[in-house]
Amino acid sequence: MVDAVMTGLRSTGVDSSKLKRMSRLRSGDILFNWVTFAAALMVLVLLGGVIISLIHGSIPAFQTFGLGFLTTQSWNPVTEKFGALAPIYGTVVTSIIALVIAVPVGIGIAIFLTELCPPWLKRPIGVAIELLAGIPSIIYGIWGLFVFAPFFQTTIQPFLIGLFGDVPGLSSVFAGPPYGIGVMTAGIILAIMVLPFITSITRDVFDTVPPVLKEATYGLGCTTAEVVTKVVLPYSRVGVIGGIMLGLGRALGETMAVTFVIGNAHKISASILAPGTTISASIANEFTEAVGDLYTSSLIALGLILFVITFIVLAAARIMLARMNAKAGN
Amino acid sequence: MASLGNSAVSSPTAQSLYRRRRRGNGILLSLSFAATIFGLAWLFLILAALLWQGFSGLSPAIFTEMTPPPGEGGGLLNAIVGSLIMTVAGVVIGTPIGILAGTYMAEYGRHNQLSNVVRFINDILLAAPSIVIGLFVYEVVVAPMGHFSAFAGSIALAILVIPVVVRTTEDMLNLVPNTLREASAALGLPRSVMIRKVAYRAAMSGIVTGVLLAIARVSGETAPLLFTALNNQFWSTDPNAPMSSLPVTIFQFALSPYPEWQKLAWTGALLITVAVLALNIVARTFLSPRTSK
Repeated sequence: MVDAVMTGLRSTGVDSSKLKRMSRLRSGDILFNWVTFAAALMVLVLLGGVIISLIHGSIPAFQTFGLGFLTTQSWNPVTEKFGALAPIYGTVVTSIIALVIAVPVGIGIAIFLTELCPPWLKRPIGVAIELLAGIPSIIYGIWGLFVFAPFFQTTIQPFLIGLFGDVPGLSSVFAGPPYGIGVMTAGIILAIMVLPFITSITRDVFDTVPPVLKEATYGLGCTTAEVVTKVVLPYSRVGVIGGIMLGLGRALGETMAVTFVIGNAHKISASILAPGTTISASIANEFTEAVGDLYTSSLIALGLILFVITFIVLAAARIMLARMNAKAGN
Repeated sequence: MASLGNSAVSSPTAQSLYRRRRRGNGILLSLSFAATIFGLAWLFLILAALLWQGFSGLSPAIFTEMTPPPGEGGGLLNAIVGSLIMTVAGVVIGTPIGILAGTYMAEYGRHNQLSNVVRFINDILLAAPSIVIGLFVYEVVVAPMGHFSAFAGSIALAILVIPVVVRTTEDMLNLVPNTLREASAALGLPRSVMIRKVAYRAAMSGIVTGVLLAIARVSGETAPLLFTALNNQFWSTDPNAPMSSLPVTIFQFALSPYPEWQKLAWTGALLITVAVLALNIVARTFLSPRTSK
């Protein structure tokens, strides 16, 4: 069509310098379109590259250990026997502890911000929560190691050990000398780190609840608590779960803060106060010191496992949030 | 409200039900208030500890001397400069790719399948564990080159910059009113010129915000640098050699048994936090006049 216009212009006697400029504009137009297209494809290539390189790097480990890699606990660089069970266990347990703490608190803050908070206070609290999200993870790590862990060791851990010491079942979960660092410390630090993500998404999802629903419930004489538990939460359930999954994705992959406070012990202990390790902490601690292809490959295989887990969790979170947005659009 | 409740509620059972509901309401609202205090307390505790521990170590030597061997005094100059170099390089590499990809999604393929897929994948990259990005760059850059380098570190940071910039660019271009695009098309502007001269200009503050947030994000990143740029005790600006960076230096010094190193780690932590929070605040003020319009 553009060609037809060009021939039209040529026949009407537009001078050639103007024609040349227009054709330059046109090729620039096409070029720009292709460059942006290539950049968009680049995002896909990046993800594909990450997956392929991780699979490629982990081939030696899976060839040597097979699927038993996933279910073996031993991690011995000397005899070159590696199994991923302890790091996987640590990753899952620390993330569960983080969510157990961060989910109620995050939803609580979101309720406060949407239902209780005076309007002038909304913005400062919102900014403070976002600043909490902006603090680099290494800061949480150094704070956790030098400030929180000693406090935890001298006050909360002895209290927990004493409290649950005589309760059957729980006594082994809260057993052992108070080290300060350990699985539970890492879980608490993770809770602080994922709290802002859960809070801000829950708040955004709460804001999508149509005011008329809430007003109608208030009109029936319901209390704020009843409005929140019977209208707001059921309406926004999918979105809240999506936000929690997003927080979980962060907790699973978080590296530096955990590396500082988990103690880096490749074993599974019944006690959550004992030192452990996570996938990311193992990689961060050992990768540069890993000698031998099998050791390096085992660590990359850990990275692949972590990536697959977080990919599934994050994809589920995104799908849930997209469903929520579609609902809000209707 | 209360009088209405009293007149409507007459029988004793109804009155106890009313009291129970009031109590439930009070409990939930106090819990949510307590949660807010609990959540905000961490921010203040962390900032207080940083100021307390980091401020005392702050001196001109921090900015003029190299990282010391164990047991001696020194500064963080090579780490600060290394961080600056790699962050700038990462942003310079990542930003154009991010902006162009965001442009494609908002301007050319707003509703097509490719954009949906890219958006989905980009959101996953945005939250993907940064240590995995470090492993990726190790596999594709460090291993073929045979040695750690600042160049590899910059690539790793660039990969973290891209998703942030893609996301904000697309969001901000989507906010540009279509009437502006139609007006420039009516004037005969080719699409690419319209995007560069009209759409970018209208979305400028938002895109800049995205870049600032990306800088804030990568300047504190440690995990992707651990096995790409590694660390360097000495002054180096060679992109082909390992380079020191503030986060990795903090990691190494904080976990060391030497009090002098730990002190430097705290001071470095204070510097990073101040820089990151300042960037966050600047980014937000940059954005606010636009969104309030």
